[in-house]
Amino acid sequence: MTLALQNFPSIEAATAALASPGARYLGGGTLVVRAANEGDVELRTFVRATDPRLNDITVSDGAVRLGASVTMASIARHPQLSAIAPAARAVGGPAIRNMATVGGNLFAPAPYGDFAVALLALDAKAEIDGSLIPLEDLLAGRATRYASSIVAGVSFGLPAQGSFRFAKVSRVKPKGISVLSIAATIEMAPDGTVKSARIALGCMADHPVRARAAEAALAGCRLDKEEVAPALALAAEGTSPITDPIASAWYRKEVLPVHLGRLLLS
Amino acid sequence: MPKVPIQLVLNGEERAEFVDSGATLLKVIRDKLGDTSPKGGCHQGTCGACSVEIDGELKLSCLVLAETCGGADVSTVSSLSSDGVLHPLQRAFMENFAAQCGFCTPGMIMAAKSLLDRIPDPTRDDVIEAISGNICRCTGYEPIIQAILTAARANSLTAA
Ligand SMILES: Cc1cc2nc3c(=O)[nH]c(=O)nc-3n(C[C@H](O)[C@H](O)[C@H](O)COP(=O)(O)OP(=O)(O)OC[C@H]3O[C@@H](n4cnc5c(N)ncnc54)[C@H](O)[C@@H]3O)c2cc1C
Ligand code: FES
Ligand code: FES
Repeated sequence: MTLALQNFPSIEAATAALASPGARYLGGGTLVVRAANEGDVELRTFVRATDPRLNDITVSDGAVRLGASVTMASIARHPQLSAIAPAARAVGGPAIRNMATVGGNLFAPAPYGDFAVALLALDAKAEIDGSLIPLEDLLAGRATRYASSIVAGVSFGLPAQGSFRFAKVSRVKPKGISVLSIAATIEMAPDGTVKSARIALGCMADHPVRARAAEAALAGCRLDKEEVAPALALAAEGTSPITDPIASAWYRKEVLPVHLGRLLLS
Repeated sequence: MPKVPIQLVLNGEERAEFVDSGATLLKVIRDKLGDTSPKGGCHQGTCGACSVEIDGELKLSCLVLAETCGGADVSTVSSLSSDGVLHPLQRAFMENFAAQCGFCTPGMIMAAKSLLDRIPDPTRDDVIEAISGNICRCTGYEPIIQAILTAARANSLTAA
């Protein structure tokens, strides 16, 4: 089986090429080249766009844009992105982080996609064909509606100091694959109660999802053991976790409230 | 199979080759360019035995298409010794019994070099993190960690 690589200077031309059967976009390649090495017979052509905007990181007035080809390693070492660095550092080992891109993480099936979980909790928007779409829509439609789209980048507001939290739960340390990952952006009211919360979960479905019932239950609560308990009880509502060699769906549902509780009370 | 021309620098030397389209860098380095130091343990990104530096960044050559490396500067563990003089990391691996079968060693040493280039004076945790993408089925890791810490100390003595 022969594999071809096609390079295009523009994202538009690359998008057109993705319409051919067997064509797959090549980001850092940690998942698609692995699929080719494992003998994925459907793969015919790797398509790549070389537009330099894909590699840009811009941070201005608290607004962040990450080009889709930006790697986990460059996010982890960026001086203005320290708030989200833990999520970038949670992906793989050092060599994987030098290759793994933001774009690829948005399409990585569970148990992967730790950084996408963080972006979902940050309410990021994905740039496709010149328009910005909510990340939640992209993640839900990535195997269908957006399967042949190219994400040019993601944008989000830098979280206020201390409002963003991230945890990856794994059995092997330091670089094990996720049992689950959790990201939360929590805005506090002046009276010390939760004004609003966005909680995103990885491995609790085939793509990262929001924990809406828990988010609603947290509003107005103080972050102490008694007051967060109702939200924790609702954490797994509406989820359908994956079962894989790391953990069963049952186990993931059982431990989610424990780990969400630790993250909220930390 | 269609061939694609590529030009790159391997271990400081300019090389040009026709490679199979879609071939990985690991395959090209070993089968075409004749440097068998990077090993193919899994071809899945899990073992780290194929680790090389591309333009100064540690990467897994089994997951990189050779065609994407045109003009790149690639180094394998073969670049570390010259005229039979070993790099401090190589010497420390030997003296600390950090290699048994040796299959993981080229990748381990490249991961360690990438660490020491960034952090010349690493903590034990830095070392563990740096080799977290590399699997060793023989040594139990402890001798490898000791070797890397020893090489870092040796480097700081020469620098002083
Ligand atoms: C050993 C190992 C350990 C790993 N550990 C982790 C981990 O801990 N956490 C984690 O989250 N992931 C992990 N991964 C998975 C993977 O490395 C990451 O998810 C990574 O971010 C994927 O990015 P990539 O650029 O390599 O994707 P690629 O392999 O290039 O692409 C993956 C998919 O995304 C599509 N794609 C890529 N870029 C775009 C784009 N701009 N627009 C549209 N589609 C696109 C591709 O077509 C493909 O379908 C691991 C992988 C390996 C091999
Ligand atoms: S051969 Fe590349 S990581 Fe195992
Ligand atoms: S020495 Fe045998 S795998 Fe490490």
